[in-house]
Amino acid sequence: MARINEFISHYPEGKKKSAMLPVLHAVQDAHDNWLSVPLMNKVAEILEVHPIEVYEVVTFYTMFNQHPRGKYTFEFCRTSCCSIRGGEDMLDYACNKLGIKEGETTEDGMFSVVGTECLGACGYGPMLQLGDFYHEHLTEEKFDALVEDCKQGKIKLD
Amino acid sequence: MKVTIDGHTIDVEAGTTVLEAARAIGGPSVPPTMCYYSKLKDCGGKCRCCLVEISKGSERDPRPMPKLQPSCVTAVQDGMEVKSATSPKALDARRAVSEFLLINHPLDCPVCDQAGECDLQNLAYGNKNFKTRYKEERRTFEPEDIGPYIQLHMNRCVLCYRCVKLADQLTPERVHGVIGRGDHAQISTYISKAIDNDFSGNMIDVCPVGALTDKTFRFESRVWFNKPYNAHRDCPTCSGKVTLWMFGDKVQRVTGRKDVYHEVDEFICNDCRFHHKNAEDWVIEGPRKFEKPSVLNINNYIRPLKKVHIDADELILEGREQDEKKISMPAIPYDAVELEAIKEVKEE
Amino acid sequence: MARKILFENIDIPGIKDYEVYRKNGGYRAVEKAIKTMTPDEIVEQVKTSGLRGRGGAGFPMGLKWSFIDKKSGKPRHLVVNADESEPGTFKDRFLMEYIPHLLIEGAIISSFALEANLSYIYIRGEYMWVFKILEKAIKEAYANGWLGKNILGTGYNLDLYVHCGAGAYICGEETALIESLEGKRGNPRIKPPFPAVSGLWAEPTVVNNVESISAVSWIVNNSGEEYAKIGLGKSTGTKLISASGHIKNPGVYEIEMGMTVDEFMNSDQYLGGMIDDRPLKAFIPGGSSVPILPANYIFKTANGEDRLMTYESLADGGFTTGSSMGSGGFIVYNDSACVVRNTWNFSRFYHHESCGQCSPCREGTGWMEKILERIENGHGRQEDIDLLWDIQSKIEGNTICPLGDAAAWPVAAAIRHFREEFEYHVRFPEKIKNRNHFVNEPMEKVRHLLSL
Repeated sequence: MARINEFISHYPEGKKKSAMLPVLHAVQDAHDNWLSVPLMNKVAEILEVHPIEVYEVVTFYTMFNQHPRGKYTFEFCRTSCCSIRGGEDMLDYACNKLGIKEGETTEDGMFSVVGTECLGACGYGPMLQLGDFYHEHLTEEKFDALVEDCKQGKIKLD
Repeated sequence: MKVTIDGHTIDVEAGTTVLEAARAIGGPSVPPTMCYYSKLKDCGGKCRCCLVEISKGSERDPRPMPKLQPSCVTAVQDGMEVKSATSPKALDARRAVSEFLLINHPLDCPVCDQAGECDLQNLAYGNKNFKTRYKEERRTFEPEDIGPYIQLHMNRCVLCYRCVKLADQLTPERVHGVIGRGDHAQISTYISKAIDNDFSGNMIDVCPVGALTDKTFRFESRVWFNKPYNAHRDCPTCSGKVTLWMFGDKVQRVTGRKDVYHEVDEFICNDCRFHHKNAEDWVIEGPRKFEKPSVLNINNYIRPLKKVHIDADELILEGREQDEKKISMPAIPYDAVELEAIKEVKEE
Repeated sequence: MARKILFENIDIPGIKDYEVYRKNGGYRAVEKAIKTMTPDEIVEQVKTSGLRGRGGAGFPMGLKWSFIDKKSGKPRHLVVNADESEPGTFKDRFLMEYIPHLLIEGAIISSFALEANLSYIYIRGEYMWVFKILEKAIKEAYANGWLGKNILGTGYNLDLYVHCGAGAYICGEETALIESLEGKRGNPRIKPPFPAVSGLWAEPTVVNNVESISAVSWIVNNSGEEYAKIGLGKSTGTKLISASGHIKNPGVYEIEMGMTVDEFMNSDQYLGGMIDDRPLKAFIPGGSSVPILPANYIFKTANGEDRLMTYESLADGGFTTGSSMGSGGFIVYNDSACVVRNTWNFSRFYHHESCGQCSPCREGTGWMEKILERIENGHGRQEDIDLLWDIQSKIEGNTICPLGDAAAWPVAAAIRHFREEFEYHVRFPEKIKNRNHFVNEPMEKVRHLLSL
């Protein structure tokens, strides 16, 4: 809540709605990385807007999840620059390794694999985003190690 | 300010849009519109149906504008020269826009209540001999129930944003909006909530297509079988000035009074629209006049006619009896010999 | 030709921190600007420098600043556009990650020049760790009196905050960015009114790219005239180029404008040539939105002159044989890359990122993606190529914001320069089915099939 109030304080009186995106990020981070309807309604209440205004925003931006996701969500960039350096191959590899399809979550709720559009690491591909961080210059070995680290709880997400 | 559109010069006030100026001139120069609605603030610029070519920017800066401009949000400058119906480039772009709007449209006019008064239909008919080049699968959405009065058919929506602006400007709390992004953006309440307030029914009137239709009129009649009459009543909530859509003595539908551009003169309340379907509730002023020929006035309904009594139920029942006789047959249409033959075939 | 402006101090260890940055001459420009110059003088200097917006459109920055409405008396704002999402572009991230105070210093001076008292940095949500770096740097600037009330005792007040997006390419468009900053969907606004008159909360606003703002301190320290001496002709100063693709040394480089493309691509100091012995096939000089060029137009223009890294030279030949500087996202392809697949990839990107407001872009981008996907997967029809051409031409110029153009240009350029590859896909579907993400046989080897 302190973080939310800090964000709101960045905007002038009567412009609380402007804090929408930072506040939603903070709320999502604190609640298993997804936004349920009650949470969105709560945000609407805090920012003094109609709930539909929050739904509209949440569904517009790809970083807000409307459904639960795996604890560790690997978001692979698959846009051209990464793709020509093997981004799509890495995505396939990850799916095969975890036994799921792109966009799915493993049964134990640990891992999700998602293909995303350009993440701004074009020179360092193939790459993936995990939590707040990028993992660049990926190889199959590096990805294996990353999965192992996740399983052992050694990976920081924020 | 002086503005010339397709060679017609007109004097308009500063701040007038090119589209409004064209409407003041009238005729073929008026660009089609899908999203613009003069009665709503900040509504337009999205559908790109009204693109025009500006061949001279203004007296002060006579350079032509490099891109086609949406006439509904482009303000007139003094000395501006505009090509609307005379610009092949603009006509071409409009044709392209209508193709874009149609590629994912379900083309379900035969079962759509809006057919006959649909802006998209009009737009499409404007493109003569047009065949779609779209071979992919059409986009569809999950149906959503938005309450007892309004039927939402998202597949038909062209995302004009009119209903959203209306809810913002006319109702105390907007509960529906545009969710999602890109070609999966949709009109929705997100939580399947009923849209319920005194003026929500106007969403139906502003919708240019069949995405929002009147549930109380659903599948009642094709619009061209109805006769529209201007009528009014004493309403505590709105002006009470409406158009009644009658079939015989029955009021089948109540809408706002729409002008030649299908825009209502005044928004009406839900009470008038949905709850007063008896002719006795209204003072009928007379049949509406049409500014242009249409399927609605071809049968000359303004002429006083003798009252014809049609009791639909009785006629239908009478026909049914005849039909039953014609197609009736014994319970098993085979005689004993045939039955035996069938049995043999089966056993083999 | 190795003049450094933005990267002058980037190799100093610890330059990320305030103390080190300050010791190396940091914030000197703020002192100079606020204490000895008037806002209009700064605008003049920036005008003289000839600095062009580094976000992609290349609009002269001083001119943009001079449009801001100072007469209405409404509060004014500077918004720094750090929503870098153009495929191929990752230069701003590099600047903010490694030398965040340079941006903050530039933002303070620019806000002062615009007489703004409340400014924001809008950063894309995926750069969350950079967001935190900037937050920390801004705190340091507040703590040392560079931000807040009565800066340096001059009576000038400025609040600067960083605001994060949440995954929408379209928010890089300035009016969409403003909408997003207001807590709404990132739908671009209809212009006019332009942000300089009615921007954030309907108040006059200037939106500038990170790289442009970061160059302001140098201009204040050394004068606009000095800046204008760097570079070539109207392409003044230095430019950050983010290079990716099949090259030896991908990364972010600062170059003085006017260098030849050949030198940039092949010298060891820069890209170091191709990654292996596969030949160069195509390149994109300015991020995914600008036209792709085939090998024969890369080092030389159509009339045989050296192609230079300037706005003018890269655009030489128009869209027929030239391209554009764009945002400086330099993407290089060797002959293992399939142009059709790549075009489909870009189309998917624009389809995914279209906001859905105006019909040509909403419907057209999806349509193009579907056709390209079909062609790439061996279900193309002969008429599809002309259809694609027609669709892109109907999107271009008819949309609310430039995303429509950005979606149309890559398709147009791919068809213009690599039509035979599209035809190959359509005519020999069995050859392209069931392959992986790259070509089985380079075009050189199969070209003869097309003439059969």
